[in-house]
Amino acid sequence: MQKIGVFVCHCGTNIAATVDVKAVAEALGREPSVAVSTDYPYMCSESGQNLIKDAIREHALDGVVICSCSPRMHENTFRKAAAQAGLNPYMVEIANIREQCSWIHKDKEEATEKAIILGRAAIAKVLLNAPLTAGESPVTKRALVIGGGIAGIQTALDIAEAGFPVDIVEKEPTIGGKMAQLDKTFPTLDCAACILTPKMVDCAQNENIRILSFSEVEAVSGFVGNFTVKIRRKARYVDETKCTGCGLCTEKCPVKKVPNEFNLGMDQRRAVYIPFAQAVPKVARIDPDWCNMLKNGKCGLCSKICTVGAIDYKQQDTILEEQYGAIVAATGYEPIKVDRYDEYAYTQSKDVITSLEFERLTNAAGPTSGTLLRPSDGRHPHTIVFIQCVGSRCTPEKGKTYCSKICCMYTAKHAMLTREKYPDTDVYVFYIDVRTPGKNFDEFYRRAAEEYGVHYIKGAVGKVAPRADGTLDVQGSDLLMNEQLHIRADLVVLAAAIEPSKTARPLATMLTASMDTNDFFTEAHPKLRPVESPTAGIFLSGACQGPKDIPETVSQASACAAKVIGLLAKDKLTGNPCVAHSDEWMCNGCSNCASVCPYGAITYEDRDFRMPDRTTKTRRVAIVNPAVCQGCGACTVACPSGAMDLYGFSNSQIMAEVDAICK
Amino acid sequence: MNHDFKDRIVRMSGAAVEKCMRCGKCSATCPNYGEMEYHPHQFVYMVERGEVERLMASPSIYACLTCFACVERCPRGVEPAKVIEAVRLEVIRQKGQNYLKPDDIPATLDDDLPQQALVTALRKFAK
Repeated sequence: MQKIGVFVCHCGTNIAATVDVKAVAEALGREPSVAVSTDYPYMCSESGQNLIKDAIREHALDGVVICSCSPRMHENTFRKAAAQAGLNPYMVEIANIREQCSWIHKDKEEATEKAIILGRAAIAKVLLNAPLTAGESPVTKRALVIGGGIAGIQTALDIAEAGFPVDIVEKEPTIGGKMAQLDKTFPTLDCAACILTPKMVDCAQNENIRILSFSEVEAVSGFVGNFTVKIRRKARYVDETKCTGCGLCTEKCPVKKVPNEFNLGMDQRRAVYIPFAQAVPKVARIDPDWCNMLKNGKCGLCSKICTVGAIDYKQQDTILEEQYGAIVAATGYEPIKVDRYDEYAYTQSKDVITSLEFERLTNAAGPTSGTLLRPSDGRHPHTIVFIQCVGSRCTPEKGKTYCSKICCMYTAKHAMLTREKYPDTDVYVFYIDVRTPGKNFDEFYRRAAEEYGVHYIKGAVGKVAPRADGTLDVQGSDLLMNEQLHIRADLVVLAAAIEPSKTARPLATMLTASMDTNDFFTEAHPKLRPVESPTAGIFLSGACQGPKDIPETVSQASACAAKVIGLLAKDKLTGNPCVAHSDEWMCNGCSNCASVCPYGAITYEDRDFRMPDRTTKTRRVAIVNPAVCQGCGACTVACPSGAMDLYGFSNSQIMAEVDAICK
Repeated sequence: MNHDFKDRIVRMSGAAVEKCMRCGKCSATCPNYGEMEYHPHQFVYMVERGEVERLMASPSIYACLTCFACVERCPRGVEPAKVIEAVRLEVIRQKGQNYLKPDDIPATLDDDLPQQALVTALRKFAK
C-alpha cells in the first residue's frame, strides 16, 4: 500500500476565504492510502516546504498531493522540496484549488466540496505516478540572430562580447535596418547614422560575429540547444570576398533609372549599387530586375571595369546549413501602406508623404541632400501639416488596433527640426492624444510646442484635397475650438502606423514560435519573460515583439542577449521527462501521430520483431525523440491503437482522475 | 443622466457610442459642418452622456445630410450619422408618427431640393 501525503494551502485568504481548508484536509485524510493530511497558511513559504519535507521523511511517503495554486506557479517549488527530502520530484501532484476553485466560486460550501473532489482526483493520479528522470541534451554554443537592424546588431554585439559566436542573417544587402534611414533620433537629436554606423562597424570587426547579408532563413529544425538552420545566401552577382566596395561599378553602370529603395523611391540608383555610403558589408549588388547583362546578356561594363574581378554574372543562390543553440528573432517593422486612406490623397499628390519619407527628405544623404523641398516642384514648403495616428488605433477593418507608440515623438521631432531650420515655416500637428511617456520625452514634446511654436491642434483631418495652385486644402476639426478648419498646406506628412515585417509570419511558422493577431511575436510572459518566445530556445529582440522606439529596442536587445548568453553558457540542458513514448508492440505504423505532432518529434523506423512462432517480422513503428517532444499529448489522442502514451500524464492516470471526480 | 433616452437612441441606431476615442474625424469630414449647432462628434459625446433632449431640440438634427462620410471615415466604427438619425427618429416618434410615407414623396418634390436630400430619402425609405 502506497503512502500519500496531502498538504492543503490557505494562500492567505486567497483560498481560505472561500474554501474550508480544514474540512478539505480532514476529508482527504480519510481517503485510503493517505498517511498524513494537513493544512498550512502558505505552503510555498520556507516553513511550509519544511512541513512537506519533514512529513516525507517521517512517514516515508511515496507520493505527495499539494492543494494550492496553479502548477504554473509553484509546481517547481514543491518538486524541488520533495527532491530535497529524497522523493522523486515527479511523485508530486498539484490540485489547483485557487484558480480553478476559490477564485471562481462564491459559495463556501460548494467551493469546499469541489476542492475535496479536486484533491481526490490528484490522489488518484499520484497513486499511478512513476518516478521519472529528466534526460540531458548538449548545447551548441552558437547563436543565430535573424534581422540586422539596431535590435539584431545590439543583441549580436552583446552575445559576441560574452565570447559566443553569432551569425546575423539579414535579408537586405546591408545591415542597419530602419535606423539607417532615419535622420535624427529623439529625444537628444543625435544623428542616427552617427550612433548606428559605429555599431555596424563593430559587428563587421568583431571576430565572433559573422554577417550573412542578403540571406534568408529557409528552414529550421531541432530544438533548444540544438537547432539546425538552412540559410539561403541569395545571389548578389558580386563576389563578397573580392569586392572592395570602391563603388566604381556603381558610377559607370549605364542603367540609371532604378528607384532607390533606401530613399523610398524618391531618387534613382544604378542597376549595380551599394545601398548607402556606410553599408556593412560594403559590397555591391547587381539588381537582376534591371541589369542588362543579366536580362539579355548585353552590357558587361561593370565586369570590365572591376579591378578585382568581383563581378560574377553566373552566381547562384547557395544554401548554408549551420547548427545553433539559440535563435533570436529581430525582424523589426515596416510602416503600413497608406494608399487605402484615400481621404489623405497620398496617391493623388506627391506632396503628401509619410514620416519615413520626411526623414529621407531632411537627411544629408537623402534625395534633396538634406534640404527640405516639396517632392512635386522642389520648392520650400511654407506650411506643413503633420497628421498623427494614420492607421493606428482603428478597428481591425480600418487599420491597426494598437497605438504605434513612436509617432508622437518623431512627429514632435520633425516639427521641431523644421521650425529650427526654417523659422518662416508654419507647422501644424493634428493629434488625438499626445502620448510621450519615456525619459525626457514629454519635455521634448513640450519644447516643440513652447519653444519652437509648433501649432498642436486637438482633432483629426477629414480630407486633404489637392488644389489647382499646387497647394493642398487640409480640412480638419479643432475640437477645443469646436470648429472645422481649412489649412492651405504645401506639404502634408502622414504618421503611418507600423506593422511587423511581412517576413515575420513565415519565420514564426519555421520557428514554431507563436504570434498575436497583429503578427507580433508573443512573449513567454508579458511581464516576467518579455524577451523569450514560449518556444524554448527562441528569443525576441526589438519591434518584432511590439512597437518600440530606439532606446527601448536597444534595452530589449541587450536583455535578449543576456537570456541567450544564459542558455549558451550551459553545457547541458535538462529536458522535460513528461514526454510521449510509443509501445512498439501496439503501434501499427499508421503515421497519425507524426502528422499531428507540432514539433516534428516523431519518426518511423523498421524494427524486427520475434513472433511467437519463432519467425521474424519487420514492422514500421513510431519512435519519439524525447529531446524534441514537448509533452503536449496530441499524439496520445490521435493514436488509434492506444500505443502512444505520455510519461507523467498517462491515459490510465487521466482516466483515474476522471473516475475520482465522477465517483 | 437620462438613461432611458440614451439606451433608446443606442438601440435604435445600433451605433457604439462608447467606442468613440474623441478624435474628431467625423466633424473633420462633415460637409455640412457649418450649418450645425451641434457637430457630429458632439452628437456622439452628448448621447453617451445622456444629453439627448438638448439634441432633440436643436435644428442640427435636420442639418445632417445623412451622407455617411462620418460613418465611412470613423476609425473606431462609431457611425455618428446613425446616432443623429436616431435622435431625429426619436423626435418624429414623439410627434406621433407624422413622417412622410414613400407614396407621398413625389407630390412634395421640389426642383430646388438638393440631390443629396433625395439620396438621403431613398436611403431612409428603401428598406
